[in-house]
Amino acid sequence: MGTREMAGQRGSGAVTGYAVIGSARPKTDAPGKVAGQTLFADDIVLPRMLWCKLLRSPHPHARIISIDASKALALPGVEAVLTGADTPIPFGILPVSQDEHALCPDVVRFVGDPVAAVAAIDEETALAACGLIEVVYEPLPAIGSVDDAAAMPAPQLHDYADEGNWHKLVHLQFGEIEEGFARADLVREDLFLYEGNTHLPMEQHASIAHATPDGRVTIWSSTQTPHYLHRALSKVLDLPPARIRVIATPNGGGFGGKSDPFNHEIVVAKLSQVTGRPVKIGLTREEVFYCHRGRHQALMKIRTGVTKEGAITAMDFESYLDGGAYGSYGVASLYYTGALQTVTYDVPTYRFRGARAFTNKPPGGPKRGHGTTQPRFAVEVHLDKIAEQLQIDPADLRLKHLVKPDAVTANWLQLGTVGLEACIHKVVEGSRWKDRFRKLPYGRGLGLACSSYITGAGLPIYWNDMPHSGAQVKCDRGGGVTIFCGSIDIGQGSESVLAYVTAEVLGIEPADVKVITADTDLTPVDLGSYSSRVTLMTGQAAMQAASRVRDLIATAVATKLDVPVDRLVFGGGRVFDAQDPDIGLTFREAVGAAEAKHGTLGAVGSYTPPRSPGRYRGAGVGPSAAYSYSAAVAEVEVDPDTGIVRVPTIWIGHDIGQCINPALVMGQVEGGVYMGLGEALMEEMAYREKLGSVHKWPSMLEYKSPTTMEMCDVITYLIEDPDPNGPFGAKEAGQGPLNPVMPAIANAIYDAVGVRIDEVPLSAPKVLKAIQAKAKGKDARYGPAGTPTVPWPERTYVRTPAQGGDGRT
Amino acid sequence: MQADELAQLTHSPPRLRGTFRVNGESREALYRPHVTLLELLREDLQLTGTKHGCELGECGACTVTVDGTPVLSCLVLAQAVEGQEIETIEGMADGPELHPLQEAFVEVGAAQCGYCTPGVLLAAEALLKETPAPTRHEIKLALSGNLCRCTGYIKIYEAIELAAARMRGESAEPVRETLYGY
Repeated sequence: MGTREMAGQRGSGAVTGYAVIGSARPKTDAPGKVAGQTLFADDIVLPRMLWCKLLRSPHPHARIISIDASKALALPGVEAVLTGADTPIPFGILPVSQDEHALCPDVVRFVGDPVAAVAAIDEETALAACGLIEVVYEPLPAIGSVDDAAAMPAPQLHDYADEGNWHKLVHLQFGEIEEGFARADLVREDLFLYEGNTHLPMEQHASIAHATPDGRVTIWSSTQTPHYLHRALSKVLDLPPARIRVIATPNGGGFGGKSDPFNHEIVVAKLSQVTGRPVKIGLTREEVFYCHRGRHQALMKIRTGVTKEGAITAMDFESYLDGGAYGSYGVASLYYTGALQTVTYDVPTYRFRGARAFTNKPPGGPKRGHGTTQPRFAVEVHLDKIAEQLQIDPADLRLKHLVKPDAVTANWLQLGTVGLEACIHKVVEGSRWKDRFRKLPYGRGLGLACSSYITGAGLPIYWNDMPHSGAQVKCDRGGGVTIFCGSIDIGQGSESVLAYVTAEVLGIEPADVKVITADTDLTPVDLGSYSSRVTLMTGQAAMQAASRVRDLIATAVATKLDVPVDRLVFGGGRVFDAQDPDIGLTFREAVGAAEAKHGTLGAVGSYTPPRSPGRYRGAGVGPSAAYSYSAAVAEVEVDPDTGIVRVPTIWIGHDIGQCINPALVMGQVEGGVYMGLGEALMEEMAYREKLGSVHKWPSMLEYKSPTTMEMCDVITYLIEDPDPNGPFGAKEAGQGPLNPVMPAIANAIYDAVGVRIDEVPLSAPKVLKAIQAKAKGKDARYGPAGTPTVPWPERTYVRTPAQGGDGRT
Repeated sequence: MQADELAQLTHSPPRLRGTFRVNGESREALYRPHVTLLELLREDLQLTGTKHGCELGECGACTVTVDGTPVLSCLVLAQAVEGQEIETIEGMADGPELHPLQEAFVEVGAAQCGYCTPGVLLAAEALLKETPAPTRHEIKLALSGNLCRCTGYIKIYEAIELAAARMRGESAEPVRETLYGY
């Protein structure tokens, strides 16, 4: 850990050669946030503003027979009422799933689906008006689960589904798995269930739209993806993008939950067009639960062949996802449940079958770890069981069979740097694993798990060959620098990263860099704050833009000082001769010289990830410019009388490539562990299936999440091994560190009390049932028993790199 | 339904005139009798630094102090706190100088998205007034009603400990592991 030696000092430049990169420093937006000055969407108030409320369906599945809004319209203070007839054009985040409407035109598909919208002079009037809208429904049979979807192919929730109510079916095979299984000394099969859970951002979604008499519409919204919202608004409002301005406000937490274009965003824009006044909506917490797009419930079957040394010879993986009522990111989510099994340990042959069902519930979508979290739980607990059967230490089993750096996996993912080995060593040492695993007294245990995550999706949401991220740098002759970029800060520090990168390249202080983000009128496109893409992609775009400005400045300074360009150094707020640092200009003087020579000074930069070698249908999900790695050890205390699990400490090692700001990386890792702890122990989306799949507890009190009293201690190790594809070598930290937490805790529970909980959350009743079953000599396990019958499509067979494949067939 | 019946649906009782003490200033307001302190602060007094995550007393984002005691402003009727000293996040800094707690939150990265931050800061300020040298457990108890989804609370504890030390007159710096790991 060479770069850790200087830790604690401001500026790690002494070791890395960087002035800004690698040293801990405050986030650029933190002072505004601690002072209460940051304006979130709901903090914005405009003159003559109206309030919007949505009327939502009380039925899980029903046909709308009629809507009578006359009484609502007669209520004093009501300015407009919209219904599905006013927003007939469908939209959706994926081009293949354009299945949502701003307001349902004919059918409602879950309790909470919006059917009408009111704009009124205040929120109370809007709410009262919603109560006056008369909707006649004809209830339709509802699908409450994946099993229901399998049993009820008609009526279809959407006619574009692959088969019946199977939204999407996938069948991919890489190499000869049966040969792989035949070579194995042990073939093990396990079933796992991962309950769905939700993001629960502290900020409830809010939007305010203003249609002005010049025919333009501006919207301020709590969105992670202003560019995709821009596209959806243009489509549904049937208005050219040039006349729509989307301003993403700082998100009060996102975690993937603000990544879809939402019906309420489109509704307020339309209402503003209709009324000519600004219109605002702020969702209640209950409504945030209906937005959802969170972790899909996933039932999984995994069969793996291993040699007696623990080398994997074949893996066969199945996932069954409860998709909810709409497509959302679901096709991508489904592919992700099969994509990254191959990027941690060597898997020479691999098959993935996945099915996503439509059900009458709020739609699943991307939550932190998008689609990789559920299978990672399955893989890591399954490996723990295999290690025990083979009598190999679980840490050693993993260490012996790690993927090689720069390898191409069986499913054609091009890897880069792999820091997993160092991560495992760190958590094993830190937790005193070798002294304590399988040696602690009954009720206490240790468990280990690993994971990997993409640093940005290799492909955009919609097919295009344009850059994924753009940045523009403008220099002020006073020496100030402004960077413009379409990304939005959701708390992860993306605004700060732009300032750090620009400052590093130009040799100035981050405080001298002004950052303007996420305004489609002002900033170049960035695809959004999702898939852990922002640091790598906006960082690269910012580096390119800043480097181009630096080159302009350098040529001017070289002429002025009569020093060769390649001898000029940018640092300490100066541009100077490396051979004689006294010869130089201040940055401000240098900018002046460059503006005199070149004219107004600015440059743009952009970034597109490298092309993946995979060419088969479905190869678009999984590729990334770089993969981060994490390893975790969890310590648990299990009360055998109640099944209550307490987690005192989690040790986590994260391969970050290179920290842009280690303090921010620490925050992401600790936050990921926290969210993982919540998923492991308590968080779940639960529905009253017999009461029309209504959400069981759409409130923060009953949807349990960890408070200070449940949060564990976290011992974090940052592993730095710069990846050539990252800016200064950086990889992601926002999502990956969540993934090993749940399986590490499940494995620790087994170490503590000898029972297997193959179902997340690992809640007390399940643990207690398994302990009681064990005491009676029954199977010491709690988990699912079977899988539904699925009409699997014909397989897509792809030869592996080892078979000399071409990535296509 | 008749027009007068419809009008009743949105009928509000007469507004109250009141004087509130907010951040050391007297603020007059003409307000609806049923509004909560949260609504009064955000909508009548334009003090939007106070946040809301549920409006049901579950998340702690709307925490402010009344006579030095943290309260959930979404559960307090505005008229119940007329004349009492209310402090919101806007009143925490001393003019242009951030409060030591705010400084420490900036320094160690205790604010990520920043949405729970105002409530957490006010709860922490109330804690330190009573307990200048809190243990980690005392900090956890004091913040047990404030949810944060970003940080896992750890940087928040570390920032409060740093600020508390400085407020006791000690010269404290963030510990190495807080910023760089182990």
